[in-house]
Amino acid sequence: MTTDPALLRGMTRSRRDALRLFGFAGAGLGLAACGVKGQKAAPPKRNDVQKYWAGKTKHGHLNFANWTLYMDKARTPLKEFTKATGITVTYREVIPDDPQWFGKIAPQLQAGQSIGYDLMVVTNGLEFTKLTELGYLVPLDHSKLPNFAKNAGGPYKQESFDPGNVYSVPYATGLTGIAYDPKKTGREITSIQDLWDPKFKGKVGMMSDPQEIGNFGMFAVGVDPEKSTPDDWKKAAAKLQEQKDKGIVRKYYENDYIDALSRGDVWLTMAWSGDIFQQNLSEGSNLKFVIPQEGATIWTDNMMIPKTADNPVDAIMMMDFFYRPDIAANLAEFINYVTPVPAAKEVIAADAAKATGADKKKLSAIPTSPLVFPSDADYAKLRHYRSLTPAEEKDYNAVFQHITAG
Amino acid sequence: MRRRLVPYLLILPGGLWLAIFFVVPMVVMLSFSLMEGDVVNGFALTWHWQNYTEGISTYADQLVRSLLYGVLATAACILLAYPAAYWIAFRGGVRKTTYLFLMLLPFFVSFVLRTFSWKFLLADDGIVLGPLKSAGLLPQDFHVIATGFAVVAGLTYNYLPFMVLPIYVALERVDPTMVEAAQDLYAGRAQAFLRVVFPLSLPGVFAGVLMTFVPVSADYVNATVLGGTNNTMIGNIIQNLYLVNSDYPEAAALSFTLMAILLVGIFLYARALGTEDVLEVATR
Repeated sequence: MTTDPALLRGMTRSRRDALRLFGFAGAGLGLAACGVKGQKAAPPKRNDVQKYWAGKTKHGHLNFANWTLYMDKARTPLKEFTKATGITVTYREVIPDDPQWFGKIAPQLQAGQSIGYDLMVVTNGLEFTKLTELGYLVPLDHSKLPNFAKNAGGPYKQESFDPGNVYSVPYATGLTGIAYDPKKTGREITSIQDLWDPKFKGKVGMMSDPQEIGNFGMFAVGVDPEKSTPDDWKKAAAKLQEQKDKGIVRKYYENDYIDALSRGDVWLTMAWSGDIFQQNLSEGSNLKFVIPQEGATIWTDNMMIPKTADNPVDAIMMMDFFYRPDIAANLAEFINYVTPVPAAKEVIAADAAKATGADKKKLSAIPTSPLVFPSDADYAKLRHYRSLTPAEEKDYNAVFQHITAG
Repeated sequence: MRRRLVPYLLILPGGLWLAIFFVVPMVVMLSFSLMEGDVVNGFALTWHWQNYTEGISTYADQLVRSLLYGVLATAACILLAYPAAYWIAFRGGVRKTTYLFLMLLPFFVSFVLRTFSWKFLLADDGIVLGPLKSAGLLPQDFHVIATGFAVVAGLTYNYLPFMVLPIYVALERVDPTMVEAAQDLYAGRAQAFLRVVFPLSLPGVFAGVLMTFVPVSADYVNATVLGGTNNTMIGNIIQNLYLVNSDYPEAAALSFTLMAILLVGIFLYARALGTEDVLEVATR
């Protein structure tokens, strides 16, 4: 009797899963006694990539989890992808923010179960660090990423949070700066200190995300967030506390600051660059976004494959597809965040030259917009998030959530 | 023999359901509340009672505020719900069900959506406050959203039906001939209400309080959407500790603290009200 090796593999795999399942049921019951084990992964070894990708094949389908409003309504890049590769994509904008997404998928990843998605987009924050440290991400096989190698801009190949793009490649990059309604403020906003101006009492929006607000507190006291120490955090927190106690802050916002700004509930607020650009385009509003003279932060949303993905080969092909200049251009034209593909600029300029009417105006604004293609002077003012160890994270959160929790 | 087993078989599905989905998670959470650690390095059960003491001392403000908002919103619910339920029960006539349905109609729309719609309605320069401000009736910096008042008002609005329905059920059961009897015995309308109808409706009020005060005190949506910088409730803290910080022990400890406070509060309240059997009333 001959045995089909694939069948055998399948059987051993499912048996292993069944054992694991029993193990977890047991762990659940024994929890009261023994605690919960950490899942800290060993640093990736060189043959991990090979080991993971060996024998993996294309399945012709993939599930993609992304943030809201992060692709045009027609999903053009996905249609192009299906046309080019025959792979169909189920695309869902299910990620509200990093912490909630992490909270949702972590238990499934810990149990070794599929999260239902093969490709997801996560920012380079605390959650990204946790995902890598817990070994929840697939090490990328760069031989499958030719477009990335050819077209990704220099800085995007040496991100400090993932050197060598072991686990991730950027989807889009954005800035955290100040947005304001010039009609309400009555003057140009140029400095972080404007957020502390008593003239704007009750009309200033700050973000509730501990990293975002912490960074701005540090800019206000003249500290580079990436190089900050726990003492700096306390100084920054004191400055933020003063802003709160004086009643200058209206509220600590999640992503709803943009509505508050367009409704006039706040006049100036911490903001993400692309949001303001999109709001102006869709609502015809005249909000402004500024990189304050003290500095602003730059963050990167990254594509990655969860360890339990069912269709990793299809997912990595999708990743690489976003690095075709025409696809990157299409994406940037809609989302108006910084694209990691510099060559997209010429494609957009060419599109603008071809377009007519309102579209032309809209498209020709993009290649010159500092929000999509920041100048070197802008880049010089941009700072990165500080990476935090779990112990540091606890202290950091305690310091800044004390303010936002009110 | 078989007959003796029947009651146990009947309780089996519900009992198992509760055991698996309520008792086990509770035990797990209780053990979490005594652990130490973080999500990367793991949590160890070290009987870390400081989770409780530190949690209470760090978040005392939010705990007190939640209970205060809970009391205020519940009281507002009673004041609004009682007359409405009374009117429907005694003056509703054949249209009673229609009126009840109208009461419930807004609740067919998602809870979060309804709360968000307040933000538009009551925006600083919105359709209500904008005209009043330009007419000079309100100072320019007046605002409703991002205040404690907005949070309590939102809580009241969102939990009102949970007060109306039990009070209505209690009042509906009051036999109108009892009121007539009271009047035959020379009670005025006010006397008849105070001495006959109101006491008979108290179990409904009690059930209503249970069904509003507990969820209101633990609510976090209203404070998120309608609150400002100093209106955070304990529900927000717990949600944040769970989902943002992955600090399960502290979150679990705070949850159990809140649960203990609410249980003690409810039993004291039952005592004070003189309700004989809390469970009997609560299950009506």
